[in-house]
Parts: sequence; C-alpha cells; structure tokens
Amino acid sequence: MQEMLRRYGYGLTFIMSLLVAFWLLAMVVVPNIILLEFSFRPYLPMVDVGGPKDVYSFNNYLTFFTSPIHIEVFFKTVIYSSLVTGICLIITYPLAYILSKVVKPTDAATIFLMLLVPLWVSEILRSFAWFIILGNTGPLNALLLYVGLIEKPVRWIVNYQGVIFGLVYAYILFMLFPIYNAISALDTNQIEASKDLGAGTIRTHWRVVIPHSKPGIASGCVMVFMLSAGSVIVPSTLASTNSRWFTEVIQQWMFEGLDWQVGSAYAFLLLVLCIMFVSIVMRVLNVRLVDIAK
Amino acid sequence: MSEDVQLSQVCMDFGNFRAVNKVDVTIKAGEFFSFLGPSGCGKTTILRLISGFMDPTEGAVKIGGVDMRGIRPNNRPTALIFQNLALFPLMPVWENISFGLEVRGASKEQRRAKAEELLQLVDLHDSADKRISQLSGGQKQRVAIARALAVEPKVMLLDEPLSALDLKLRQHMRAELRAIQKRTGVTFIYITHDQGEALAMSDRVGVMSQGVLQQVAVPNEIYNNPVNGFVASFVGENNVFEGTVTDEKAGKAKFETAFGTFGARLGPNINKKSSARLYVRPEFCELKATAGKDNSIPVKVSEIAFEGNFINVFCEDAKGLTRMVQMQNDPSSPPPKPGTKSHLVFDSARAVVLAETGVDRKA
Ligand SMILES: Nc1ncnc2c1ncn2[C@@H]1O[C@H](COP(=O)(O)OP(=O)(O)O)[C@@H](O)[C@H]1O
Ligand SMILES: [Mg+2]
Repeated sequence: MQEMLRRYGYGLTFIMSLLVAFWLLAMVVVPNIILLEFSFRPYLPMVDVGGPKDVYSFNNYLTFFTSPIHIEVFFKTVIYSSLVTGICLIITYPLAYILSKVVKPTDAATIFLMLLVPLWVSEILRSFAWFIILGNTGPLNALLLYVGLIEKPVRWIVNYQGVIFGLVYAYILFMLFPIYNAISALDTNQIEASKDLGAGTIRTHWRVVIPHSKPGIASGCVMVFMLSAGSVIVPSTLASTNSRWFTEVIQQWMFEGLDWQVGSAYAFLLLVLCIMFVSIVMRVLNVRLVDIAK
Repeated sequence: MSEDVQLSQVCMDFGNFRAVNKVDVTIKAGEFFSFLGPSGCGKTTILRLISGFMDPTEGAVKIGGVDMRGIRPNNRPTALIFQNLALFPLMPVWENISFGLEVRGASKEQRRAKAEELLQLVDLHDSADKRISQLSGGQKQRVAIARALAVEPKVMLLDEPLSALDLKLRQHMRAELRAIQKRTGVTFIYITHDQGEALAMSDRVGVMSQGVLQQVAVPNEIYNNPVNGFVASFVGENNVFEGTVTDEKAGKAKFETAFGTFGARLGPNINKKSSARLYVRPEFCELKATAGKDNSIPVKVSEIAFEGNFINVFCEDAKGLTRMVQMQNDPSSPPPKPGTKSHLVFDSARAVVLAETGVDRKA
C-alpha cells in the first residue's frame, strides 16, 4: 500500500483500491451472501414468496444429510478430487524440478510454450478430445494394441477413470507453475551443499528442496483441488454410467429441479468443503495463507 | 586427518571455452593452499572439480592418491564452503551444522552434541537454536565452517568465504580460519582474488590467470620473485617500463627503454632482444634531488597519499605516466611537496625484467 501510494499518488491509489473493492464485493462477497441467504429459504410457488410460509430453516441442508446418494457423491467428489490433486503433484514435482534446475533455461522456455499451447483450446473441446482418445476404438487403444502392450481394447471410461484422466489433464499446469516458481527461487548452491555434505538425491529433496517449495506445493494443491471439485464440464463430458460429480447434483437441483434454494445449500456445502481442504493443506504443510497467495 | 590433493594436467572445457588449462600442482596434506587470481580466471571451476560437481575434460584429480573421476560429491572426502555460504535457511543453526551427520545416520543426541562442540570450536556460543536469518555475516561464516567441519573432511575447500564481510571482520576471520586450520590439521584449499588474504594466510599460493596456473610458491617468493609480468602486477604494485633486453650476463640484463638504459635482474624465459617489461616495486624506489648514475629518471611530484606507517608519493615522468614511490613514515624527513622536481632512482638488483606470461596459452 505504502509502495502504491509512493508510486501512483493518492488519486490513482484510491481509484485502484475502489475498483478492487468493487470487484471483490460485486463478484465474490455479494453472490455468496445471496447464495447463503437463499440456502435457508424454502422452495415455494411464486405466490407464496415473501408470505408467511417463507421462513428461514435448515430444511435444505437436511435434504442433503438425509439423502445417502448425495452424501456418497459428495464424498466421492472429495476423494477423487484429492486423488487428482495427488496425481498432479506426483507428476509435476519431478517435472518442475527438472525444468527449473536441470534443463537449460532456454529449453525450459520452449517446453513451457509447448505446455501452454493446449490452453488456447477451450476446456470443453479438450475434454471432448480426451473422450475420443480414451474411446474403445480411440487412438490410445490403437497405439497400445499396435505396440503390443495390450491384446484387446481396454475400456478406459469406466467408473471415475475418465473423469480422473480429464481433470488431471485439465488442471495439471495449475500445479506445475507454483511448484516450478518455488523451486526456481531455491538457490542451486543449497542443493549442491546438501550433496557435498553427503546427502543423496532423496534426502536432498526431503530436507532441502521440498521444505523450500512447500508454499508452491500448497497453492498448487489448493488450486487443483478446488478446480477439480468445482468442475462441471470435465465430469459431465468424460462421465461413465456410474460416475457422478457433486457439481452435477447442484446443477440438477438448480436447472432441472429449478429448486435454487436446495441447490444453494449444496453449493454452499461445496464451498465449506473447499475451505476445509485449504485449512487442512495449510496445517499439514505448515504454511500460512500469505505464502499460498504469493 | 588430512589428505593431499593432486591435480595432474587438469583441463576443463565449457563448450569450446577452456576455463581451466593444464593445471598441474600437488597440494600437500595439512597444507593451507590458496588459488589467487582475478574474477573469472577459473578458481571456482577448480574447486568444483575437486569437490566432484564435475569431472575434468582432461587430466586427473587425485585425493590421497585415489583418482576421483566418477566419484560424486557426496562420496568424496571433501567439504566445500560456498561463495554465498549456502546455509539452509529453514533449519536452525544446529541442524545446519549436523546435517552431514544426519546423512550418516547419527542419533539426534549425537548430532546435537557434535553441533554444540563445533559451535565452541568456531567460537559461537548459545546459537544452536537460532535461525540462520538471525545471524550476522560473521556468524553465518562460522556456521558454514562448522557445518563443513562436522563431516570431518580430509580436504576443506573454501570459495572466497570472506569476500562478503567488512574489512575489520575479514581481518579477524583470516586469523580465525588459519587457527582452525592449524587446530584441525585439515588440508585447506582456499580461493581468493584478494592478494593480501592469500599472502597472509597461506603456506603456498598458486597464482592463476585465464585458466592457467602461472606460479606456485610460498608467499614471499610470489611477491619477491614473480615469474612473469602477470604475477608481478597482480600481486602488489609496480613501476613498469617497456623496452628490449640489449645485453645479458649471468642473470643481469641491460634493458633499453624510452627513458634510457637500465640495469636489472633477468627473469625466467627471456632472451636477448625479446621485448619485455621491467618491474620495480615502489618501496624499492627513492626520490633524490640529483640524478643518479644509473637507473634514474626525472619526475615531478604530483600527489602525496599518507597511509599511516608509510607514504605513497605519486610522480609524473617525462612522458606523463604516473610513477609511485613508497617511503616509510618518518617525522624528521617529511615527503616532498607536490610540484617538486626530483629524480626517481632504483637499485638494479631490485628491478626485474619479465616476460608477459610464462605459459603458452594455446590448448
Ligand atoms: N557451468 C559453466 N558453463 C559455462 N561456463 C562456465 C561455467 N562455469 C564457469 N564458466 C566460465 O568459466 C570461467 C571461470 O569461471 P569461475 O571458475 O567461476 O571463475 P572464478 O571463480 O575465478 O571467478 C568464467 O569465464 C565462467 O564464465
Ligand atoms: Mg568464483
């Protein structure tokens, strides 16, 4: 703030702060308050809205807690979103390390460009591309058959497999970038010092590189989890007969059942879940919110 | 507990740039050896070759007679103190120091005890639980030394460890490092671009330029008998005259310059007629009111720099070049005033004619 005042003067700083405040208020705070308020109201015919029957209650939330199927979908969403987060982390950590500490910087730039190009295509198209790739007669099976790794086509889109493929693909870069940034900021001499003192690769990562990149890991995990749990397009495009995502349930309530009140309650539960996940990640990795926000 | 380090014909190429060229020297067990040279001459590269972060393109690095090729840094009996120290900021002081023991599977009590012991050795008490960011520059320095000593290295490698400290602390740490080396008996290989540091601390000094080791000798030999022009001008000050050797006899030369013909000693690798330079240190020059018989040039005093125990007198010669005369501080005979016309005189036994560099640069 001090810095901004010095650089832009009072007028501009005031206008900028106002715009940010407006953005936060109009785009984040108000919709969420409306959502919260909605979630405590009953679903009534138009004539009764505002009438004596329109009172606050926990009924919408009870709807959730009394429907085992929805609870199951909720927990499956949590579990599979965590799985997606874990897979992204396992894939990206070595990649981020190699890109920031092993590969020459010019090569790393080329690789990043190649990684970013797919983002120019919309998420729907990319999900659909995976639907084709993973299909029974799709390119993946064709390739594996040709190489001889499998004897007959594998059904990839069963249970949550398709969704997991799709989500990992869609959000993996949100894990890669924060970890890459964190590791890039680590002085290479620290890694060398660790080796010079006798540590092998695993200990060097465990004691030096990972502790240093924790804020990056935390923000990557939070982003991938929230994006996955909140994704609608990927789970519906790559769904199998028995893979339901919690966002799809919310969508059903709101757009098929037209019951925005229950839908709001469900959406709010998802929000609470995400907040809980953020706090758990922060607790486990022992990082502060400002570290993640960086 | 120390080993010797033998560099035999070591070359290191980065692409087609040769950073280290045919360096050949044996550093004795228990010795304090310094590599001295300007920035970019390949000093750090040599340390990294010894510590195992890379292997030489040609030649061999041997520690205690064992060829180290292919042995990674974590398996070499060396410990490196980095130019920027590279302490682990997320670990407290004692974990930093005992990191090498943690690797070797020591228990927490053992590690803590060793850390405390080493903190005593480097004269840093009650700091075991401090964070690195709480320490001053000099304290960080000591932690880095303790951390390296903890692994009981046979050879300690130090990359300009004092360059970030202020002058007072630097001088204190010089003595400290020397004392630690004496106490532990470990071979110290020290890198610096500071000639004072190298001369004051080392048993022997190797002077480097552009990847080539120019001279290896004890400090006073380096200063008093430099083998070539590079060593002479990098270590200490000189008055330099360009010219040609016109006559040589029994190590003595007649050297013809634009200022007349001077007598001087003849350095190595010089023959008659070869063009070379004459070097004479300012403390071996005198200012006299009347011209000397030999080795004398007329000058005009331009500036006096009073340094305390000695005085630097800067003069201008007939060609407008600056010459320097150093005299002891003596209240009974004050230095001449600026503007005084005088004669710079030196003894031919104190002047030496040297070739540019003694070593062929071609790979
Ligand atoms: N990894 C490397 N790749 C390419 N060039 C390098 C590398 N390391 C050092 N050099 C070059 O080698 C020369 C010597 O470097 P260095 O040993 O660090 O010098 P010093 O420590 O004496 O200042 C420099 O010109 C430097 O640019
Ligand atoms: Mg260096």
